[in-house]
Amino acid sequence: MSRRIGVDDGSDMRELLCAVGARRDIDAYERLFRHFAPRVKAYMAKSGGNSQQAEELMQETMIAVWNKAGRFDPSKGAVSTWIFAIARNLRIDAYRRERRPEFDPSDPAFVPDDAAPADTELDVREASEQLHHAIAALPAEQASMLKLSFFEDQSHSAIAARLNLPLGTVKSRMRLAFDKLRASLARAGDVS
Amino acid sequence: MSISHHISDDLLLSYAAGSLAEGWSIAVATHLALCPSCRHRLAVAESVGGGLLETMEDDASVQSSVDQSWADVRSRLQQQDREAPAIRETSVGRGGGLPEPLRSYVGGDFETLKWRPLGRGAYQIPIKTEDRETMVRLLRIPAGKPVPEHSHGGRELTLVLAGSFHDGTGLFARGDLEDADASLTHQPVATPEADCICLAVTDAPLKFRSWIMRAIQPLLGI
Ligand SMILES: [Zn+2]
Repeated sequence: MSRRIGVDDGSDMRELLCAVGARRDIDAYERLFRHFAPRVKAYMAKSGGNSQQAEELMQETMIAVWNKAGRFDPSKGAVSTWIFAIARNLRIDAYRRERRPEFDPSDPAFVPDDAAPADTELDVREASEQLHHAIAALPAEQASMLKLSFFEDQSHSAIAARLNLPLGTVKSRMRLAFDKLRASLARAGDVS
Repeated sequence: MSISHHISDDLLLSYAAGSLAEGWSIAVATHLALCPSCRHRLAVAESVGGGLLETMEDDASVQSSVDQSWADVRSRLQQQDREAPAIRETSVGRGGGLPEPLRSYVGGDFETLKWRPLGRGAYQIPIKTEDRETMVRLLRIPAGKPVPEHSHGGRELTLVLAGSFHDGTGLFARGDLEDADASLTHQPVATPEADCICLAVTDAPLKFRSWIMRAIQPLLGI
């Protein structure tokens, strides 16, 4: 298992974040910080800001991680996914100056899941390992397209223009990649 | 009653990545509020983002400053933790009402909406966003009324919130999302039981006219 992919860190990260949420554990937070801060900063830098902006947005993200840690639900997904979502929303706010419309589970009009989710922490861990394998196994053209979309804030039509490909090709490669990743998760557990 | 028209992979991935413009995102997020199965798909798409974040290269120049960053953040945390924590606002609404995030965008629920007449029994409420590529509005189509057949010059997302419409390809009821592109020619008709209230997001005007714009254009004289 590759160290960069950090699957071995997955369960560890989960315990650390839960400790921050439950007990405001500053030592656990520091370990999380040292793992994720450079990654979040690299993510912010890729999205078009300068190094100082990337540093500021990384700090905002990590402070939000501290403040919202109590809302992290380890049965719902990996720590990296949870932090990604926080970083993404701050990036949209900062670089695009748009609001990020999101559903609100406490809204009375919100339609909850039909059945209580059967996910366990073990399922989630297994699923994220499978996903990491599947990302590593993607053909280069599909992986690079996903990265452009997730990291560089490029719309599918902007990616098409940049790579000089028809929009339909970009969409179908993206869909192929997503299908593979989704299939890998379906094999791992109940997420389908 | 369950939803039968869902978010396409293309829209879902763009929304998860954070690269989808605000206007389209309102329709996607409001569908997600009503659709547990698309929320499952979103969770998968977001875990792709998490997986990619983990693979971010350890950049030497970034790594060297982590001690300084940690010192900064630690002192900022000590600063803020002396201040009182914010109390979260609770939202008001009801089971069949306008879901968030849409309700906040229009500033109220069904019974407090300030409809503007379009003529022939149709009404609209324009919704402001910060993006420049979309036009977003809430529409009320009178029960049983057809809209002239037409094709699109761009993308159009229509999310049903109350009532329903038929468009020749199927029935669209609360929570259903129609994703129409330039190739689709259809003839939407509101079903006779009730007015159909839907959220319509289109490419910004002037580039093309949506079916709604076509319908109202003669009335507005544009
Ligand atoms: Zn759906």
